[in-house]
Amino acid sequence: MNRRLLLGIPLVAAGAAGVAFYAMLHGMETGTFDPRGTNSMLIDKPLPDFTLAGFTSADVRAAGHPVVINFFASWCVPCVDEAPTLMALAQAGVSLWGIAYKDKPAATDAFLARHGNPFTRLARDEPGTVAIDWGVTGVPESYLIDANGIVRWRFTGPLPLAATKILAEKLHA
Amino acid sequence: MIRLALLLLLLSGPAWAISDPSEALPDPKQEARAVEIGQQLRCLVCQNESIEDSGADLARDLRKIVRTQVAQGKSDQEVIAWLVARYGDFVRLRPPIRWDTALLWASPLVALLAGAAAFIAMRRRPPQAPAPLDAAEQKRLNRLLES
Repeated sequence: MNRRLLLGIPLVAAGAAGVAFYAMLHGMETGTFDPRGTNSMLIDKPLPDFTLAGFTSADVRAAGHPVVINFFASWCVPCVDEAPTLMALAQAGVSLWGIAYKDKPAATDAFLARHGNPFTRLARDEPGTVAIDWGVTGVPESYLIDANGIVRWRFTGPLPLAATKILAEKLHA
Repeated sequence: MIRLALLLLLLSGPAWAISDPSEALPDPKQEARAVEIGQQLRCLVCQNESIEDSGADLARDLRKIVRTQVAQGKSDQEVIAWLVARYGDFVRLRPPIRWDTALLWASPLVALLAGAAAFIAMRRRPPQAPAPLDAAEQKRLNRLLES
Protein backbone atom coordinates (compact mmCIF):
# COMPACT_ATOMS: atom_id res chain seq x y z
CA MET A 1 0.00 0.00 0.00
CA ASN A 2 2.68 2.45 1.07
CA ARG A 3 4.89 1.47 -1.86
CA ARG A 4 2.09 1.94 -4.32
CA LEU A 5 1.37 5.38 -2.86
CA LEU A 6 5.03 6.38 -2.99
CA LEU A 7 5.21 5.33 -6.63
CA GLY A 8 1.82 6.79 -7.52
CA ILE A 9 2.25 10.32 -6.17
CA PRO A 10 5.24 11.25 -8.38
CA LEU A 11 3.56 9.63 -11.39
CA VAL A 12 0.37 11.63 -10.90
CA ALA A 13 2.41 14.81 -10.33
CA ALA A 14 4.42 14.23 -13.50
CA GLY A 15 1.21 13.57 -15.42
CA ALA A 16 -0.38 16.78 -14.14
CA ALA A 17 2.75 18.78 -15.03
CA GLY A 18 2.68 17.28 -18.51
CA VAL A 19 -0.95 18.26 -19.04
CA ALA A 20 -0.21 21.79 -17.77
CA PHE A 21 2.80 22.18 -20.08
CA TYR A 22 0.77 20.95 -23.01
CA ALA A 23 -1.98 23.47 -22.24
CA MET A 24 0.60 26.27 -22.00
CA LEU A 25 2.27 25.36 -25.29
CA HIS A 26 -1.10 25.05 -27.00
CA GLY A 27 -2.12 28.44 -25.61
CA MET A 28 1.12 30.01 -26.84
CA GLU A 29 0.49 28.60 -30.29
CA THR A 30 -3.06 29.90 -30.55
CA GLY A 31 -2.41 33.21 -28.80
CA THR A 32 -4.56 32.62 -25.73
CA PHE A 33 -1.57 32.33 -23.39
CA ASP A 34 1.52 34.51 -23.20
CA PRO A 35 4.05 33.61 -20.48
CA ARG A 36 5.54 37.11 -20.50
CA GLY A 37 2.21 38.85 -20.95
CA THR A 38 0.80 41.21 -18.37
CA ASN A 39 -2.82 42.19 -17.89
CA SER A 40 -3.79 45.29 -19.82
CA MET A 41 -5.49 47.98 -17.76
CA LEU A 42 -7.63 48.87 -20.76
CA ILE A 43 -9.67 45.67 -21.10
CA ASP A 44 -13.42 46.49 -21.11
CA LYS A 45 -12.58 50.20 -20.85
CA PRO A 46 -12.91 52.92 -23.52
CA LEU A 47 -9.80 53.40 -25.62
CA PRO A 48 -7.51 56.19 -24.33
CA ASP A 49 -7.80 59.65 -25.92
CA PHE A 50 -5.05 60.56 -28.32
CA THR A 51 -4.35 62.81 -31.27
CA LEU A 52 -1.75 61.68 -33.75
CA ALA A 53 -0.81 62.55 -37.28
CA GLY A 54 -2.89 60.01 -39.24
CA PHE A 55 -5.88 59.39 -36.97
CA THR A 56 -7.22 60.18 -33.51
CA SER A 57 -9.13 58.26 -30.84
CA ALA A 58 -12.30 59.99 -32.10
CA ASP A 59 -11.71 58.46 -35.55
CA VAL A 60 -11.51 54.97 -34.01
CA ARG A 61 -14.76 55.52 -32.11
CA ALA A 62 -16.42 56.93 -35.24
CA ALA A 63 -15.42 53.89 -37.33
CA GLY A 64 -18.68 52.17 -36.41
CA HIS A 65 -17.10 48.72 -36.64
CA PRO A 66 -14.47 46.78 -34.66
CA VAL A 67 -10.89 47.86 -35.28
CA VAL A 68 -7.60 46.17 -34.45
CA ILE A 69 -4.97 48.75 -33.48
CA ASN A 70 -1.46 47.43 -34.13
CA PHE A 71 1.60 49.17 -32.67
CA PHE A 72 4.62 48.38 -34.83
CA ALA A 73 7.96 49.78 -35.96
CA SER A 74 10.30 49.32 -38.89
CA TRP A 75 13.17 48.58 -36.48
CA CYS A 76 11.28 45.72 -34.82
CA VAL A 77 12.28 42.23 -35.94
CA PRO A 78 9.15 40.40 -34.62
CA CYS A 79 7.12 42.90 -36.69
CA VAL A 80 8.69 41.38 -39.82
CA ASP A 81 7.50 37.95 -38.60
CA GLU A 82 4.06 39.35 -37.98
CA ALA A 83 3.70 41.04 -41.39
CA PRO A 84 2.31 38.00 -43.30
CA THR A 85 -0.23 37.35 -40.50
CA LEU A 86 -1.43 40.95 -40.66
CA MET A 87 -1.76 40.72 -44.44
CA ALA A 88 -3.83 37.55 -44.03
CA LEU A 89 -6.01 39.20 -41.38
CA ALA A 90 -6.57 42.22 -43.62
CA GLN A 91 -7.55 39.90 -46.45
CA ALA A 92 -9.97 38.11 -44.14
CA GLY A 93 -11.72 41.46 -43.67
CA VAL A 94 -10.26 42.55 -40.30
CA SER A 95 -9.98 46.33 -40.09
CA LEU A 96 -6.35 46.97 -39.09
CA TRP A 97 -5.20 50.43 -38.07
CA GLY A 98 -1.47 50.85 -37.54
CA ILE A 99 0.39 53.10 -35.14
CA ALA A 100 4.11 53.41 -35.97
CA TYR A 101 5.97 53.54 -32.65
CA LYS A 102 9.18 55.57 -32.29
CA ASP A 103 9.83 55.33 -35.99
CA LYS A 104 10.95 57.80 -38.64
CA PRO A 105 8.15 58.28 -41.23
CA ALA A 106 10.45 57.42 -44.14
CA ALA A 107 11.56 54.19 -42.39
CA THR A 108 7.93 53.22 -41.68
CA ASP A 109 6.96 53.81 -45.29
CA ALA A 110 9.90 51.76 -46.56
CA PHE A 111 8.95 48.93 -44.15
CA LEU A 112 5.35 48.89 -45.41
CA ALA A 113 6.50 49.01 -49.03
CA ARG A 114 8.76 46.02 -48.45
CA HIS A 115 6.58 43.78 -46.26
CA GLY A 116 3.14 44.89 -47.46
CA ASN A 117 0.72 47.39 -45.96
CA PRO A 118 -2.20 45.70 -44.18
CA PHE A 119 -3.43 48.95 -42.58
CA THR A 120 -6.55 50.88 -43.59
CA ARG A 121 -5.22 53.84 -41.63
CA LEU A 122 -1.78 54.72 -40.36
CA ALA A 123 -0.80 57.02 -37.49
CA ARG A 124 2.67 57.99 -36.31
CA ASP A 125 3.72 58.11 -32.67
CA GLU A 126 7.33 59.23 -33.06
CA PRO A 127 7.97 60.23 -29.41
CA GLY A 128 6.17 57.08 -28.19
CA THR A 129 4.05 58.99 -25.65
CA VAL A 130 0.67 57.77 -26.88
CA ALA A 131 1.94 54.19 -26.56
CA ILE A 132 2.67 54.82 -22.85
CA ASP A 133 -0.94 55.95 -22.34
CA TRP A 134 -2.03 52.62 -23.85
CA GLY A 135 0.36 50.70 -21.59
CA VAL A 136 2.35 49.39 -24.54
CA THR A 137 5.41 47.48 -23.33
CA GLY A 138 6.96 46.79 -26.73
CA VAL A 139 6.20 46.30 -30.39
CA PRO A 140 4.35 44.61 -31.93
CA GLU A 141 1.31 44.90 -29.74
CA SER A 142 -2.33 44.67 -30.85
CA TYR A 143 -5.59 45.86 -29.33
CA LEU A 144 -9.09 44.88 -30.38
CA ILE A 145 -11.53 47.79 -30.12
CA ASP A 146 -15.21 46.95 -30.53
CA ALA A 147 -17.75 49.07 -32.46
CA ASN A 148 -18.48 51.09 -29.30
CA GLY A 149 -14.84 52.06 -28.77
CA ILE A 150 -14.32 49.60 -25.89
CA VAL A 151 -11.00 47.71 -25.71
CA ARG A 152 -11.80 43.98 -25.73
CA TRP A 153 -8.46 42.22 -26.13
CA ARG A 154 -4.74 42.93 -26.08
CA PHE A 155 -1.97 40.77 -27.45
CA THR A 156 1.74 41.44 -26.92
CA GLY A 157 4.14 40.15 -29.55
CA PRO A 158 3.48 39.02 -33.10
CA LEU A 159 -0.12 37.91 -33.62
CA PRO A 160 -0.47 34.20 -34.37
CA LEU A 161 -2.43 33.20 -37.46
CA ALA A 162 -5.01 31.63 -35.17
CA ALA A 163 -5.78 35.14 -33.90
CA THR A 164 -8.51 35.39 -36.55
CA LYS A 165 -10.52 32.88 -34.53
CA ILE A 166 -9.91 34.69 -31.25
CA LEU A 167 -10.88 38.03 -32.79
CA ALA A 168 -14.12 36.53 -34.07
CA GLU A 169 -14.87 34.96 -30.66
CA LYS A 170 -14.14 38.16 -28.75
CA LEU A 171 -16.38 40.17 -31.04
CA HIS A 172 -19.33 37.82 -30.75
CA ALA A 173 -18.97 37.22 -27.01
CA MET B 1 50.92 64.94 -7.99
CA ILE B 2 48.88 64.01 -4.90
CA ARG B 3 47.16 67.40 -5.10
CA LEU B 4 46.22 66.73 -8.69
CA ALA B 5 44.82 63.30 -7.78
CA LEU B 6 42.79 64.83 -4.96
CA LEU B 7 41.51 67.55 -7.26
CA LEU B 8 40.44 64.95 -9.82
CA LEU B 9 38.73 62.93 -7.11
CA LEU B 10 36.80 66.00 -5.97
CA LEU B 11 35.83 66.84 -9.52
CA SER B 12 34.45 63.39 -10.31
CA GLY B 13 30.68 63.32 -10.14
CA PRO B 14 28.46 60.85 -8.33
CA ALA B 15 27.61 57.55 -10.02
CA TRP B 16 24.32 58.09 -11.84
CA ALA B 17 21.72 55.36 -12.14
CA ILE B 18 20.52 57.08 -15.30
CA SER B 19 22.27 56.48 -18.60
CA ASP B 20 22.85 60.15 -19.38
CA PRO B 21 23.60 62.88 -16.79
CA SER B 22 21.49 65.32 -18.80
CA GLU B 23 18.43 63.32 -17.72
CA ALA B 24 18.94 64.33 -14.09
CA LEU B 25 16.87 67.10 -12.56
CA PRO B 26 18.86 70.24 -11.68
CA ASP B 27 17.58 70.14 -8.09
CA PRO B 28 19.49 67.33 -6.27
CA LYS B 29 16.65 66.87 -3.77
CA GLN B 30 14.10 66.34 -6.54
CA GLU B 31 16.53 64.09 -8.40
CA ALA B 32 16.97 61.93 -5.28
CA ARG B 33 13.19 61.61 -5.01
CA ALA B 34 12.90 60.72 -8.70
CA VAL B 35 15.57 58.00 -8.27
CA GLU B 36 13.74 56.65 -5.23
CA ILE B 37 10.45 56.47 -7.15
CA GLY B 38 12.12 54.99 -10.22
CA GLN B 39 13.74 52.25 -8.19
CA GLN B 40 10.28 51.03 -7.19
CA LEU B 41 9.09 50.81 -10.79
CA ARG B 42 9.64 47.86 -13.07
CA CYS B 43 11.04 48.24 -16.55
CA LEU B 44 8.34 46.60 -18.70
CA VAL B 45 10.89 45.53 -21.31
CA CYS B 46 13.43 43.69 -19.15
CA GLN B 47 10.86 42.91 -16.41
CA ASN B 48 13.38 42.24 -13.63
CA GLU B 49 15.11 45.61 -13.54
CA SER B 50 13.89 48.90 -12.19
CA ILE B 51 13.51 51.75 -14.66
CA GLU B 52 16.48 53.44 -12.96
CA ASP B 53 18.71 50.45 -13.70
CA SER B 54 17.47 49.65 -17.19
CA GLY B 55 19.00 50.84 -20.44
CA ALA B 56 15.81 50.22 -22.44
CA ASP B 57 14.22 53.05 -24.42
CA LEU B 58 10.89 52.66 -22.67
CA ALA B 59 12.62 52.86 -19.27
CA ARG B 60 14.26 56.12 -20.36
CA ASP B 61 10.88 57.52 -21.40
CA LEU B 62 9.36 56.47 -18.07
CA ARG B 63 12.29 58.03 -16.14
CA LYS B 64 11.61 61.26 -18.02
CA ILE B 65 7.92 61.11 -17.09
CA VAL B 66 8.77 60.47 -13.42
CA ARG B 67 11.16 63.45 -13.42
CA THR B 68 8.69 65.75 -15.17
CA GLN B 69 6.01 64.88 -12.63
CA VAL B 70 8.40 65.25 -9.67
CA ALA B 71 9.41 68.69 -10.97
CA GLN B 72 5.69 69.55 -11.21
CA GLY B 73 5.48 68.87 -7.48
CA LYS B 74 3.48 65.64 -7.60
CA SER B 75 3.75 63.29 -4.61
CA ASP B 76 5.43 59.86 -4.84
CA GLN B 77 2.00 58.21 -4.63
CA GLU B 78 0.61 60.34 -7.44
CA VAL B 79 3.51 59.51 -9.76
CA ILE B 80 3.26 55.78 -9.03
CA ALA B 81 -0.54 55.85 -9.42
CA TRP B 82 -0.14 57.48 -12.86
CA LEU B 83 2.01 54.57 -14.00
CA VAL B 84 -0.14 51.90 -12.34
CA ALA B 85 -3.17 53.31 -14.22
CA ARG B 86 -1.36 52.49 -17.48
CA TYR B 87 0.67 49.39 -16.75
CA GLY B 88 -1.14 47.84 -13.78
CA ASP B 89 0.32 46.67 -10.47
CA PHE B 90 2.97 44.75 -12.41
CA VAL B 91 4.86 48.03 -12.87
CA ARG B 92 5.49 48.10 -9.12
CA LEU B 93 8.45 45.98 -8.07
CA ARG B 94 6.88 45.69 -4.60
CA PRO B 95 3.29 44.52 -4.99
CA PRO B 96 0.70 46.32 -2.86
CA ILE B 97 -0.72 44.53 0.19
CA ARG B 98 -4.35 43.78 -0.63
CA TRP B 99 -6.72 40.86 -0.19
CA ASP B 100 -5.78 39.41 -3.58
CA THR B 101 -2.05 39.63 -2.78
CA ALA B 102 -2.48 38.37 0.80
CA LEU B 103 -1.41 34.84 -0.11
CA LEU B 104 1.69 36.18 -1.86
CA TRP B 105 2.74 38.24 1.14
CA ALA B 106 1.82 35.52 3.65
CA SER B 107 3.53 32.67 1.79
CA PRO B 108 6.87 32.87 3.70
CA LEU B 109 4.95 32.72 6.99
CA VAL B 110 2.71 29.90 5.73
CA ALA B 111 5.78 27.89 4.66
CA LEU B 112 7.46 28.51 8.03
CA LEU B 113 4.33 27.47 9.96
CA ALA B 114 3.85 24.35 7.82
CA GLY B 115 7.48 23.41 8.45
CA ALA B 116 7.11 23.97 12.19
CA ALA B 117 3.89 21.94 12.27
CA ALA B 118 5.53 19.05 10.40
CA PHE B 119 8.53 19.18 12.73
CA ILE B 120 6.37 19.12 15.89
CA ALA B 121 4.21 16.29 14.52
CA MET B 122 7.33 14.21 13.83
CA ARG B 123 8.77 14.85 17.28
CA ARG B 124 5.52 14.04 19.09
CA ARG B 125 4.97 10.70 17.42
CA PRO B 126 6.61 8.14 19.76
CA PRO B 127 9.10 5.87 18.05
CA GLN B 128 7.24 2.62 17.38
CA ALA B 129 8.73 -0.61 18.59
CA PRO B 130 9.23 -3.02 15.69
CA ALA B 131 6.59 -5.77 15.48
CA PRO B 132 7.81 -9.13 16.80
CA LEU B 133 8.83 -11.65 14.18
CA ASP B 134 6.17 -14.12 13.14
CA ALA B 135 6.84 -17.82 12.96
CA ALA B 136 7.94 -17.90 9.31
CA GLU B 137 10.33 -14.97 9.80
CA GLN B 138 11.81 -16.53 12.93
CA LYS B 139 12.39 -19.75 11.02
CA ARG B 140 14.16 -17.89 8.21
CA LEU B 141 16.31 -15.96 10.69
CA ASN B 142 17.33 -19.14 12.40
CA ARG B 143 18.29 -20.67 9.08
CA LEU B 144 20.39 -17.63 8.15
CA LEU B 145 22.13 -17.66 11.52
CA GLU B 146 22.91 -21.33 11.24
CA SER B 147 24.45 -21.20 7.79
